[in-house]
Amino acid sequence: MTETPQNSPKRRHQIGLFVTCPVDLIRPSIGFATATLLERAGCDVHVPPQSCCGQVAFNNGQPEETRALAWNIVQQFGQYDYVVLPSGSCGGTIKTHYPELFAQDERHETVVRFCEKVYELTTFLTEVLDYAPTRAGIDLSSETVTYHDSCAGLRELGIKQQPRTLLKRCANLDVTEMEETDVCCGFGGTFCVKYSDVSNRMVTNKVNNIRQSGASMVLGGDLSCLLNIAGKLQRLEPDNPDRVQVRHIAEVLAGELQTPAIGEPSPTRGKGE
Amino acid sequence: MSQVQTQEPQPDFIIRSRAALEDNHLQEALEKAGSGFVYKRQAAIERIGNFEQLRDQARQVRVRALKHLDLYLLHFEKKVQNAGGQVHWAETPEQMREIVIGLCQAQNAKTATKGKSMVGEEVDLNEALEAAGVEPQETDLGEYVLQLAHERPSHIVAPALHKTKAQVQSLFRANHALGERALDEVADIVNEARAVIRDRFLQADVGITGANMLIAETGTAAIVTNEGNGDLTATLPRTHIITTSIDKIVPTWEDASAILRVLGRSATGQDITTYTSFFTGARSERDKDGPEQFHIVLLDNRRSELLGSEYEEMLHCIRCGACMNHCPVYQAVGGHSYNSVYPGPMGAVLTPLLRHEEQDNQLPNASTFCGRCESVCPVRIPLPGLMRKLRDREQREAKHASVSTLAVKLFCRLSRHPVLYRRLTHFSLKLVSMIRGRKSRFRTLPLMSGWSRHRDFPAPDNGSFQSQWQQRHKGTNHD
Repeated sequence: MTETPQNSPKRRHQIGLFVTCPVDLIRPSIGFATATLLERAGCDVHVPPQSCCGQVAFNNGQPEETRALAWNIVQQFGQYDYVVLPSGSCGGTIKTHYPELFAQDERHETVVRFCEKVYELTTFLTEVLDYAPTRAGIDLSSETVTYHDSCAGLRELGIKQQPRTLLKRCANLDVTEMEETDVCCGFGGTFCVKYSDVSNRMVTNKVNNIRQSGASMVLGGDLSCLLNIAGKLQRLEPDNPDRVQVRHIAEVLAGELQTPAIGEPSPTRGKGE
Repeated sequence: MSQVQTQEPQPDFIIRSRAALEDNHLQEALEKAGSGFVYKRQAAIERIGNFEQLRDQARQVRVRALKHLDLYLLHFEKKVQNAGGQVHWAETPEQMREIVIGLCQAQNAKTATKGKSMVGEEVDLNEALEAAGVEPQETDLGEYVLQLAHERPSHIVAPALHKTKAQVQSLFRANHALGERALDEVADIVNEARAVIRDRFLQADVGITGANMLIAETGTAAIVTNEGNGDLTATLPRTHIITTSIDKIVPTWEDASAILRVLGRSATGQDITTYTSFFTGARSERDKDGPEQFHIVLLDNRRSELLGSEYEEMLHCIRCGACMNHCPVYQAVGGHSYNSVYPGPMGAVLTPLLRHEEQDNQLPNASTFCGRCESVCPVRIPLPGLMRKLRDREQREAKHASVSTLAVKLFCRLSRHPVLYRRLTHFSLKLVSMIRGRKSRFRTLPLMSGWSRHRDFPAPDNGSFQSQWQQRHKGTNHD
């Protein structure tokens, strides 16, 4: 498949882009990079009004609140051919858990059918579109870059090879694997605030593994984990300009590296914290 | 549940885990044990090739056993009786203690050797025996170390996992008349313990062990160990008492094999443990050795309440410990932080079910839901899913909503109105970007000190994604 398959006789996929709340509120560049990628892959991208997938309620003992939010999403996004999220965590909540939330509900079948067309970004690009640009947008072959496999994406949605395949195709990059790449970074939603010290130990372990890999950049598919990792790297080395940079994979795949890495100062506006 | 409910959940786990993080001995011990279990299990699975299939088979055994648990238990009892043994039913920990003490006193027992039994730990059997004038003598190396240290197990397979070699050495120095004997190498420590424990086997009046499985077909108890202490505890004294729980039943020997195939591999990465022993009834006329009396005491302690409930799958557990070996929370804080015989993910589910006390509500919350436990569980217990159900139960039973619950609810109510949400977040982000000035990140966050105590937080962009998208696509057919 090429970058612009418009000559295909088939109707272009109509995509509902669900950016997730962290991306919406903290790092819009991931949302734009996702849209760019989907458009390059020949899709039409739509952004209906959206908020939370319900995970925060789901994991905090509020199944009723979750169902209300879930049904909202099903209605808001039901019209599109596919729903794509740059997140395995929120994607996992929808795809894995919405059906069980509606197991005793007359809307169950509608929800199940909806969930079948929901995809995490890298899975959608590889498994549905088999996306491969004619040439890599950027060349990171000389960089040492490692990848953090976020838990829900890895274990609920089986995301492991997809990002690595795409990084090779889009950025000519072979990932340098760190130790324990599949171990949790300690974010865990409200966990990182409620169990702050345990979470700190976990993210410290993660950051040590990242640094020991020799990477200058760590990528991942979930902004929340990346906020945790970047925040720790920056706290540990506030004055080191060469500290490991943290980015979402969508930004790299889209070749959009002009936005400073997460939490890093802009070269023009420059100033740390 | 206790009468008093404070505004915020009991912080016990948080306090204990904080102390654990600062305990250098514990951290040293955890680091040493940590990845060893993980690598050994992985290697064992790679050797066998069809482990996923074995997991399915083991799970099926557990499902079948629980479906007709009553029938299998009664059949088991009949078979034990036929083999000259006796089954005793203990609904509560108190009843189990009374039964075991009664059996010891009927033998005028002064000492009882003990193999490792987590059910024995669950009911505080050692304390009860001591109080009744029966000296319990642990024969499992880990349990023996803990008896010297007056401590509780911190792991269901390796009870003294939290102890360093140096700590064990100093315990032995304080408690053993060492003379010229060396204690430098691990082998020396094991030999020293063996020398002391071996005498006890010969003197004990009663031997008390646990059981890994109860095979209904023949009334047989299966015990797996690596030290052989279980066999000596079971066969040398005149009386063998097994303390275990009703959920350990499997229907047939074929089923027991299915469990054994996943148990050793999941627990210690062994294809099979060094000793796998089966005990059926008392010594018969044809037997050369074995106990004259054979008693099995079966504890319920709320397990039967779980049958048919949304928590039933917790009874599938075969106590391999793989969940805690792979749990990043357990690996950071160790087993004692859970304040229960059962720590880690399986304990975070089982403890609140068996005790149903408010103090345990923290346990299922102390998880990131990373799912590693479920991914290694040999009988595929959905541990994060069960923890989530316990979080639901906590909220259902709460007399007052906590501040964090109210915050979650408020956020959800706002989220139900995406257009309002979009406007409000846009406005708030504009405000933040006015305050942030030239900062690219914050070192302190109001109301989020749990985050900012340990990490920075990036300053948000100038407006939300949705508002920026709307601006860029004004007048187009994009949404």
